[in-house]
Amino acid sequence: MTPTPPKYTAWTRDQMAARIANDIEDGAVVNIGIGMPELVANHLSPNKEILLHSENGILGMGPQPAADAVDPDLINAGKQPVTLLAGGAFFDHSLSFAMMRGGHLDIAILGAFQVAENGDIANWSTGKPGAIPAVGGAMDLAVGARQVFVMMEHLTKDGQSKLVRRCTYPLTGLGCVTRVYTDLAVLDVTGDGFAVRELCEGLSLEALQALSGLTLRAA
Amino acid sequence: MLSKVRTSALEALADVPDGATIMVGGFGNAGMPMELVDALIEQGAKDLTVVSNNAGNGTTGLAALLAAGRVRKVICSFPRQTDSFVFDALYRAGKVELELVPQGNLVERIRAAGAGIGGFFTPTSYGTPLAEGKEARVIDGRGYVLEYPIHADVALIKGRLADRWGNMVFRKAARNFGPIMASAAKISVAQVEEIVELGALDPETIALPGIFVSRVVAVGKTAHAAA
Repeated sequence: MTPTPPKYTAWTRDQMAARIANDIEDGAVVNIGIGMPELVANHLSPNKEILLHSENGILGMGPQPAADAVDPDLINAGKQPVTLLAGGAFFDHSLSFAMMRGGHLDIAILGAFQVAENGDIANWSTGKPGAIPAVGGAMDLAVGARQVFVMMEHLTKDGQSKLVRRCTYPLTGLGCVTRVYTDLAVLDVTGDGFAVRELCEGLSLEALQALSGLTLRAA
Repeated sequence: MLSKVRTSALEALADVPDGATIMVGGFGNAGMPMELVDALIEQGAKDLTVVSNNAGNGTTGLAALLAAGRVRKVICSFPRQTDSFVFDALYRAGKVELELVPQGNLVERIRAAGAGIGGFFTPTSYGTPLAEGKEARVIDGRGYVLEYPIHADVALIKGRLADRWGNMVFRKAARNFGPIMASAAKISVAQVEEIVELGALDPETIALPGIFVSRVVAVGKTAHAAA
């Protein structure tokens, strides 16, 4: 007997990114992490002034330049060429991480391997033997930003939930995630576990609970 | 007369001893002092500990120093990148030691060394594997980890312009670790595009006062600063 195929339609990465962009308020200072979160930049509304921070000393970062305007001294955290908006500023690494660690950023958007219902995040290492560890600024963003949004697939390739009761991968930060955007749902981290704000088309809260292996509640 | 100007990168690095701890500025290749690193390779010092954000990109700069077998240990935040194959191979072969430090702790440890701070409590890495074995404390209900300064024998940094007193201005996001590293080393060596007359730099825009710079070398406009 073949299992019943899922009846829901998961959001695409662009749809996830658009949801996040829509939730960022006019005037917010935001750090967009390397990887999947980079898509959020493509969906920021031109009607809002959102200041992008880059850990390597940029506030007011603009989009990718045209190929003939690439400047190797003007790159983002992923070392890709970017531009500076009018009003943007450059500064050294110490000041940049003071902005992060010191609670001056409104939102950090991070990718993750796992997020736990207590707000713990694991996103820098799978802990596999032989892997070369790299952490960069992830731990500073996790502890420092006022809100930490995570953007990730809900399930691993083999169907395991990336939302968990407690992280099993090496931690990046404790109790710091405030909201999770997956391809199936948007969830707030509360003192009482995950609260579901939104579900993708055709997915019920019960079905999401079953997929997640967690007790979830409506926001 | 006070002049920190050296005529060549090799001359500026002539006294770097084997076993030295060397800070190398840059974030990826932005701010990476390529000419100074090339001169260090030519100079021949070995058994080095390198403090830098990354562990080399491609085959130039820090990657070339690693490939030349001069580095015993790397202290950095983000070694693994798409083009870090030189470091990756050495690390997997057990030929280079790695101390992984979260980026904000790395820069603050360097800053602490330059600022005369003996240690500091940081929330970054609290409760994670990178805090294992370190003293932790809860202050006002929040967890912190004790981190110690990182001092260096030599810092290699890249700026845009300097005067003979060592005052410096930088270019865009290539500033990154430069000013901080210069403060934390016994000898800090800067490469710049051009050395200008005293008074030519606007004092309001000097991002690194000359007190932190020991030697400066003009290397001309590099491809990295063509724009």
